[in-house]
Amino acid sequence: MDAQTLTYVFVFLTFGLYIGIAIWSRAGSTNEFYVAGGGVHPVANGMATAADWMSAASFISMAGIIAFMGYDGTVYLMGWTGGYVILALLLAPYLRKFGEFTVPDFIGTRYYSSAARIVAVVSLIAISFTYIAGQMRGVGIVFSQFLDIPITWGVIVGMAVVFMYAVLGGMKGITYTQVAQYCVLIFAYLVPAIFISILITGIPIPQIGLGAEVNDGSGLSVLDKLDATLVDLGFAPYTDGSKSKIDVFAITMALMIGTAGLPHVIVRFFTVPKVSDARRSAGYALLFIALLYTTAPAVGAFARLNFVDTVHNTQYTEVAGWFKSWEDIGLIGWQDKNGDGRIQYHPGAPFEGNPTYAESRNPDGSRAVTNTPTDASNEVYVDRDIMVLANPEIAALPAWVIALVAAGGLAAALSTAAGLLLVISTSVSHDLIKKTFARGLSDKKELLAARISAALAIVIAGYFGIYPFGFVAQVVAFAFGLAAASLFPAILLGIFDKRMNTQGAIAGMIAGLAFTLYYIAYFKAIAPELNTAEHWWFGISPEGIGMLGALLNFVVAITVSRFTAPVPDQVLDLIEHIRVPKGVERPHDH
Amino acid sequence: MTNKDNNAYWKANLRLMFTLLAIWFTVSFGFGILLVDWLNEFQFFGFKFGFWWAQQGSIYVFVILIFVYTAMMKRIDKEHGVSDEDDD
Repeated sequence: MDAQTLTYVFVFLTFGLYIGIAIWSRAGSTNEFYVAGGGVHPVANGMATAADWMSAASFISMAGIIAFMGYDGTVYLMGWTGGYVILALLLAPYLRKFGEFTVPDFIGTRYYSSAARIVAVVSLIAISFTYIAGQMRGVGIVFSQFLDIPITWGVIVGMAVVFMYAVLGGMKGITYTQVAQYCVLIFAYLVPAIFISILITGIPIPQIGLGAEVNDGSGLSVLDKLDATLVDLGFAPYTDGSKSKIDVFAITMALMIGTAGLPHVIVRFFTVPKVSDARRSAGYALLFIALLYTTAPAVGAFARLNFVDTVHNTQYTEVAGWFKSWEDIGLIGWQDKNGDGRIQYHPGAPFEGNPTYAESRNPDGSRAVTNTPTDASNEVYVDRDIMVLANPEIAALPAWVIALVAAGGLAAALSTAAGLLLVISTSVSHDLIKKTFARGLSDKKELLAARISAALAIVIAGYFGIYPFGFVAQVVAFAFGLAAASLFPAILLGIFDKRMNTQGAIAGMIAGLAFTLYYIAYFKAIAPELNTAEHWWFGISPEGIGMLGALLNFVVAITVSRFTAPVPDQVLDLIEHIRVPKGVERPHDH
Repeated sequence: MTNKDNNAYWKANLRLMFTLLAIWFTVSFGFGILLVDWLNEFQFFGFKFGFWWAQQGSIYVFVILIFVYTAMMKRIDKEHGVSDEDDD
């Protein structure tokens, strides 16, 4: 069977599995819909959290970004894993003890204020929607590239599948499909990585292969060879970065505390039975995530090495087939600037902007790129996202591996989309409708409201997937900055600072959110021409500004709280209650 | 349980938390970012040592830290009689 038929088979089988699980695990009450009845085993929850967390960006884009950024890619590796240490030590056990359904629930109750609850709901919806649009887009891209289905139809199929298990099963359905999706995605990620590691170094463990000798007789290790090759071509060495230290520091910190403040990750810890389970579950989640995250740098380095080897100084007519097929899709562009018929790969953009192609082809069969050439000697444009998807082809792996990668990419995108949809619908039906506008709603009606808001959220997310704003892809990374600057400090202070009151928390959240939004909007939309290091505050890029936003939130919150009314006694009792594990309640229907 | 017990438990918890967070900070922001150039002078299984911490080592330590936290907290919970083991 060819790769496309196999891909159909794999995608069909995995989708069938997800839908089967959805039907088996239908939710019968709000308790099951919101937190899966609070009875999920910590290991299962760890897997579900890992699938929930690892999105299309982790699966498809990250290794490619690392391949082209080298050391600078570290910000994503450490930023998106280190956050779990903060989550496990500072937030998860206490929020589990609190024992309600949502993040705004905690903020609203701890700060005894509907206003605080609504600020939290607004932050949550802003964060989750920016994040989810990218997922639906990822689904569409995988469909269009592997199955020749237009992006629009790809998104619609994806919406239909998520609809099935999110609307029917709620958190219960999502949890158990995510467990299945984790297995699919990690298998799909590791298999090609192991193959390629064996091809390049002879060692089947990519994490070790990354440091091993290349088996081409040169006696150089992978990283040394990569450094030497890239320096030859005029690039900076792979193992050195080009970002400033302060910026690497700030981006890593913003991603870490942003991770800890992401609502769809936090709610996963409401689903386990006990406080000690929440701690253990965070450990398993990170273990499952680390399997992919320690493999990604190896995949990135191998891919870059392979790419240079196959492409640089190769006659176009003799270049490998994958180069031409990705050129056909428009993610690779080649402009033969020096007219020697060979592809030269060097630093700098080969031409201005993303490639646009003329109708007719060049005599050698390559697509004629119509962009204005730059002065750089580089002739190749390559989209970073293709690295993981093209890797099996680059390494000439069997067709079933290619099909597996497609199924894995879909699993990663769908599982994250479902988790995000759930927190959006929950915060609408529970925090806005039940706790703010229609108190005394029956459990049945609340469940119906939750299902309707999940369905609406899917439609909106799908719309953004089909008609993305130009800036949606960029904005996804900023969801972290917003989470870091708004929700994280409010939750942390709610647990660790007994003096923190309503006024302080609200002032802090608004200050952190407004500052971070303004800084990002200023450099990304209002004055993008000024978006360079010399104009940034303290040399911190918009990607890392969440660190300062969070700091501002802490300073404002603490200052304001010290000059306003102290916390009422029953809230002090609540803080005492969440600080000890004993006496946890299963979440109840209400 | 009295307030005094609670305070002792909370102090033990904070002590463990700050110790582990200090390690978390050292391996990631310390070894992986601030000291990376100096550590890169050393070789470690074919890696520059600083680079290894940034893209591999720190992540392994993160996983270990959470499991250590889980195990130590279990003991601290029991010592102070606030364990959730018998709950259900």
